[in-house]
Amino acid sequence: MICALLVITLLGPWLNPNNTQTLDWLHVAARPGLQGAHWFGTDRLGRDLYVRTLAGTRVSLSVGLVASILSIVVGVSYGAIAGYLGGRTDHLMMRFIEILSGLPLIFFVIFLTVIFGRSESLLFISIGAVGWLTMARIVRGQTLSIRQQDYIAAAVASGASAVRIIAKHVVPNLIGPVVVYATLTVPQIILFESFLSFLGLGIQEPGASLGTLIAEGVGEMEAAPWMLVLPGSFLAVLLLCLNIFGDGLRDALDVREG
Amino acid sequence: MVPTLSIDELSVSFTHRIGTLEAVDGVSLQIAQGECVGVVGESGSGKTQLFLAAMGLAGDAEVAGSIRFEGNELLGANQQAINRVRGSKLTMIFQDPMTSLTPHLSIGTQLAEVLVCHSGLSWREARDVSLRMLEKVRIPEPRRRLEQYPHELSGGMRQRVMLAMSLLCEPALVIADEPTTALDVTIQAQIIELLRSVRSEAGMSLALISHDLAVVASLADRILVMYAGRIVENAAADELFRQPRHPYTAELLKCVPSLSGARLARLPTLAGQPPQPGEALAACAFAPRCPRAAERCRSESPVLAGAPTSQVACHFPLS
Amino acid sequence: MSNPLLQVRDLRVDFGSQTAVRDVSFELFPGETVALVGESGSGKSTLARAILRLVEPTQGSVEFMGVDLLKSAAAVLRAQRRNLQIVFQDPLASLNPRMTVGDAIGEPLKIFEPQLSSTERRHKITAMLERVGMGAALAGRYPHEFSGGQCQRIGIARAMVLGPKLLICDEAVSSLDVSIQGQIINLLLDLQLDTGMSMLFISHNLAVVRQLSHRVMVMYLGKLVEVAACDSLFAAPLHPYTRALLAAVPQIPPATACVPLSEGSLAGGSIVSGCAFRDRCPYALPLCASADPPLDEIAVGRKVACHRSHEALIPLS
Repeated sequence: MICALLVITLLGPWLNPNNTQTLDWLHVAARPGLQGAHWFGTDRLGRDLYVRTLAGTRVSLSVGLVASILSIVVGVSYGAIAGYLGGRTDHLMMRFIEILSGLPLIFFVIFLTVIFGRSESLLFISIGAVGWLTMARIVRGQTLSIRQQDYIAAAVASGASAVRIIAKHVVPNLIGPVVVYATLTVPQIILFESFLSFLGLGIQEPGASLGTLIAEGVGEMEAAPWMLVLPGSFLAVLLLCLNIFGDGLRDALDVREG
Repeated sequence: MVPTLSIDELSVSFTHRIGTLEAVDGVSLQIAQGECVGVVGESGSGKTQLFLAAMGLAGDAEVAGSIRFEGNELLGANQQAINRVRGSKLTMIFQDPMTSLTPHLSIGTQLAEVLVCHSGLSWREARDVSLRMLEKVRIPEPRRRLEQYPHELSGGMRQRVMLAMSLLCEPALVIADEPTTALDVTIQAQIIELLRSVRSEAGMSLALISHDLAVVASLADRILVMYAGRIVENAAADELFRQPRHPYTAELLKCVPSLSGARLARLPTLAGQPPQPGEALAACAFAPRCPRAAERCRSESPVLAGAPTSQVACHFPLS
Repeated sequence: MSNPLLQVRDLRVDFGSQTAVRDVSFELFPGETVALVGESGSGKSTLARAILRLVEPTQGSVEFMGVDLLKSAAAVLRAQRRNLQIVFQDPLASLNPRMTVGDAIGEPLKIFEPQLSSTERRHKITAMLERVGMGAALAGRYPHEFSGGQCQRIGIARAMVLGPKLLICDEAVSSLDVSIQGQIINLLLDLQLDTGMSMLFISHNLAVVRQLSHRVMVMYLGKLVEVAACDSLFAAPLHPYTRALLAAVPQIPPATACVPLSEGSLAGGSIVSGCAFRDRCPYALPLCASADPPLDEIAVGRKVACHRSHEALIPLS
């Protein structure tokens, strides 16, 4: 299903003659239908909702993926190093995370937005920068139990350096929990991004994200319900698919089942 | 006299994605009253699964055949009937003393619970009986132990508590699954001695499951040797050690290093390895490793034959 | 007598307030197999790990090939690891589940002989697999596809691929079926014959120890209580604990029942003074509660830690 969604979002716009920007004055706030090929209808300014929904899904997916990858890479490295080295290093590293976790997320993002202005890459960075915290904690916990295993002792006895052990022995055995958590994170991130956009902090006009579309839809809820329902259901379906995908991915990666 | 335990053509199998696994394949055996039977086998022999099925603890497995305890059929009987027998007249001691006691209940509570459930005693009476039983299994400072929790006791002491628990309702049969495997050699000697004295006092039957032939030798009247889910030999203990008839038994005895006897340059070995779960088996599962194997062994399954106390399943038994 | 390959002096390993290994000193010569025997709590596994510096000893020295491993910098220590290897008790747990068997065996080669091409490395790996009795084609499989005995062969292959001078076997056959134990022990003996390596064989199984060691050391609650040549130890054990241990081993046919040793109440870490064995010892004297007997050399190659070692003690039974 993820693949189906991906295909639709990437190819979908070509099926429709409209683009995200054209204002079609003839069909302002029109219902979904076939006039002017506005399958999902249009918004207040006459922009085709179908195309905008798809564009929005693309944005949400890319934010989700990029931010997740960022949080995985940073989180796994940080957690594995802290967990493996242990002692004072671990202590310090975890206190650092705890301090960061204490900071309210929204203020942090607002703060960054104020300093650096609004841009999409900033959005990616700020969301990813926050997502890695819990990943690091989970990875550290897993690393602590992996560290007790005999094969780690065997690797040390074979003369492997700490870097080698973390890279070749610890991290590959973390895949299970990391994948599960990552697939939980992606929907969370997408939701967060939507929330930010909804509040006006994320993607701005004339760009579209599922969040902004939903925000607009809320405003038009009574007059033009399709403006809320369609992007909303897209978001819900996307999140559901990601969760199912995550379960499947974890089972597929388990060497034992394969 | 009705045998305490009578098992007929028992099969225990597990169905996985990859196929069906036959842990126990058509096993028949009997344990008479007051008899101590040792069940010996390596990994994959099915010895533990056999008795777990008898206790109704086989889990997801499909169990077929007949298990009669004191004449009453256990397979397919209603849950209430099984529960009345299990834990009181038919009890089991498990291998790992670290995990077989409930961690958050005191020893006294766990012991008393058995009596309250099965014998209808009050909690106070049950505690008194428990205390006497702890003395019987020679636990030092029994009164103090009643208040303690499992993690405060050593492995050897926990195993004594398990033994006490299994004896509370005067069982007809106690199944001991590798009771000393997880214990030190010196503690093992104590537990073996304890089992011997308890048996001579109480006179119950004992099914002693072990991979360690020497442990079984110290206690058993009769020994069953299992391989790949089947019984391959059934003989009186001293006869088995003096004159094993099945090639597997003979090879196994040779493989056990001894403290007396000559020191050898190389240890005697059995080629190959015990069958892995899911592995396809020849008609006689031991054929690939057997020094006496012939064509017949690969195509025709040997049947356990002979007098009730001296059986062997082999086309070419030793004599 | 040539120089000892391994010389341990006054080794002590503490875990917080618990002492796992106390004042252990011994030597190990090239080509010999020394067995380390003891029950749970004896500290034998901790001793093995301390020698390898997998756990940090509190004090003492471990001289291997003339270099004190405990005082060495990390790089020097790592360089010496190729000569000092270990095989663990749980064969499956000692292999990385996500690494193929071939890669696991090849890892020491990658670390110590990075100049080898991948073809050369593959040759060495297959040669090693065949040497331990497994087919070369199995290199691409994962550990969970093998049985316990096969995993142990893989573990041995990994330990032997660089040709170590000393192999520590920490209960290497204890979790294997009896019919497989002999195969693995014979493999170790063959490898020793080929390479001339020494072995430190740690086990609680006295019968197995008797078959393959030249010398035996007995440990009790962190201390060495007896050291002797194998034949001498089994023919005439001197320390009361050694005697009790030998008497407790079940035999086929069963030996006449003897009075088993009572369960001790002292834990290794909590001993403050005197002999650790005194609460279970049938020969204990008041002296034993106050003075810890040192490991005395009462004859050449024969050491006992007992106040009464000079007496002819009545045998236990």
